[in-house]
Amino acid sequence: MNELQLKVLELLKEDARRDAELIATMLDVPAEDVKQAITDLEKDHIIVKYATVVNWSKVDDEKVTALIEVQITPERGRGFEGIAERIYLYPEVKSVYLMSGAYDLLVEVEGKNLKEVASFVSNKLSPIDAVLSTKTFFILKKYKQDGIIFEEHEGDHRLMVSP
Amino acid sequence: MIKDEQKESFASGQRQSMADYLSPLVRGIKPSGIRRFFDLVSSRKDVITLGVGEPDFVTPWHVREAAVYSLETGKTQYTSNAGMPELRGAIGQYLNDQFAVEYNPADEIVVTVGGSEAIDLALRALIAPGDEIMIPEPCYISYSPITALSGGKPVGIETYARDGFKLKADSLQAAITPRSKVLILCYPSNPTGGIMTYEDWLPIAKVVEENDLIVISDEIYAELTYGTRHVSFAAMPGMKDRTILVSGFSKAFAMTGWRMGYACGHSDLIAAMLKIHQYTVMCAPIMAQYAALEALQHGLEEKDRMVEAYNQRRRLVVKGLCDIGLTCHEPQGAFYAFPSVVSTGLSSERFAQRLLDEANVAAVPGDVFGLGGEGHLRCSYATSVTNLTEALDRIGQFVYKLKQEG
Repeated sequence: MNELQLKVLELLKEDARRDAELIATMLDVPAEDVKQAITDLEKDHIIVKYATVVNWSKVDDEKVTALIEVQITPERGRGFEGIAERIYLYPEVKSVYLMSGAYDLLVEVEGKNLKEVASFVSNKLSPIDAVLSTKTFFILKKYKQDGIIFEEHEGDHRLMVSP
Repeated sequence: MIKDEQKESFASGQRQSMADYLSPLVRGIKPSGIRRFFDLVSSRKDVITLGVGEPDFVTPWHVREAAVYSLETGKTQYTSNAGMPELRGAIGQYLNDQFAVEYNPADEIVVTVGGSEAIDLALRALIAPGDEIMIPEPCYISYSPITALSGGKPVGIETYARDGFKLKADSLQAAITPRSKVLILCYPSNPTGGIMTYEDWLPIAKVVEENDLIVISDEIYAELTYGTRHVSFAAMPGMKDRTILVSGFSKAFAMTGWRMGYACGHSDLIAAMLKIHQYTVMCAPIMAQYAALEALQHGLEEKDRMVEAYNQRRRLVVKGLCDIGLTCHEPQGAFYAFPSVVSTGLSSERFAQRLLDEANVAAVPGDVFGLGGEGHLRCSYATSVTNLTEALDRIGQFVYKLKQEG
C-alpha cells in the first residue's frame, strides 16, 4: 500500500461519493494517479464496497439487531474457519468476528422482529454441531457506528461571520 | 435608565446624549465593518458562510474532558497571575520544540485571555501618547483600534497581492518617522493567508534593528502553514529581545471559545504586561488553562490531522476560485483565501453584498481589513468540503451571471 492509496482511502472513508477529480485537487496530485489508485484498491479488494451508513431507527419498518456470543469447538485442521463460514453465509448475519476471551465468535444478526432473530438462533445457529452455547443480546439503540455519530449533537454553533 | 438629574442636564444643554459622557478616544473608534456585515448575514437563512474566522472543528474531546475533570476535582480558584506554572512550562517547551524559540517560563511567559488580550497588553505596555505603531495591512481588525485606544497613532503599511501580501523592507522603511516605535506583524496572515519565510524576514529584521523598533508578532496562525514550516520572527538572529511573541490555542487546537492565549518576551516587557494583566483580569480562567495544558501534552497529533484537512480544503478553494476567474495568490498559511474580485468590476463591498443577496454565500469584503484590502474577498475555508464545493458552485454561477450582465 503506498502513501497515495492510504490518503485516498481516508478521504473515501469520510465520504464515498467524492470523485477522483475532487480527491486529486484536495491532495494536489494528478487525477489520473487517483483514478489508478482507486482502481488498484478495488482490484485488490481493499475497497470492498461503497455502502451507505443508514440510521434505521428513523425508518418506519424498523429492524431488530442482536449481537450473539457463540462458543464453538474448533475443527481439527481448519480451526474456526469452517464454522464461521457456515454462519456468515446466512444472509441475516450482518457481521462475524473471531474474538479473544470467553467466547469465540461474535455474530451480528438482523431480523424484521424479535421473533425472527430468536428463530434464527434456535433453528439455525444453535443446532450446528460445533456450537456449544450462544448468548443473545438485542441492540436497543445505536449511538455511533464506524466512527459516525448518529444523532449529531455538535452542530455548527459558530457565528456566521467573525474576524 | 436615565436618571432625572441627567435628564435635567440634557435639558440645560450640557449633554445632548449619553454618548457625550464617553471618552473621545472611544468615540473616535469606528464600528468594525465586519460587524455590519455580520448583521446583514445573520438575518438570512440557507446561507453558506465562508465568513468565519475560526476552525470548524469542535475542540477535541480529550481537551474538553480535561476541563470537565478539572471542574470535578474542584479546580475553581485563581491561578498565579501569569498562569499556572505547569502550563507556562508546557508553552515554553512547545515553542522551543516547534519554532526553536526559547523562553523562561518563570518570567518570560504570560498566559492571557486569548491572543487578543496579549495584543492589548503589549500595546498598552509600550505606547506613550503619540507613538507611531506600524501595521502592515490588510490585517486583522483589532490592531488599529487598540493602538488608538492606547493613545498611539496607527500607521498602515500597504502590502500587495503581487508580493503574496508579504511585508517588504522598502515599504516598512518608507513608513518610518522619528515617532515610529512598534511594528505589529501578523504572519501567517488573517485575512490574506500570506506568510513570511526566513529570507523574507531577514531584510525586515535589518530595518527593525536599524530603527530600534519593538515588534509585536501575532503568530496565532503559526501552526497553519502548508508546505513550509512557520518561522517565528522571534527566532530571527538578534530579534528575540525586540519581539513580543503573541500566540494562543484558538486556531491550532480549535479552542477559540476558551479564550486562551499567551505572550512571550523579554522579562522587563512581560513584567510590565503582567502588571496590567493582574489589575484587569487577574488571571486566565483555570479550567481553560487545564484544557490548554492537555492540548499541549496530548493534542499535537490531532492538531496535525486538522492542519492536513485545512490543506486539502485550501487546494480545493484556490483551484475553484481560479477556475471561476477570481485570481487568487496561493495562500500558504492560516485558513483564508483572498481572491481578487476586480475582474468583475465590482467593489469588494458590492461584490460581497450581491454574492450574499443573489447566491446566498457569505464572505467578508476585503476593504474591512484596511489598506490593500479593497478589490479582494476573504474566503475562509474552515468549513466542510461539502459546503466548500457548494459555495464554489454558487460563486461560479454568480460570477458567470455578472459576466452576462457586463
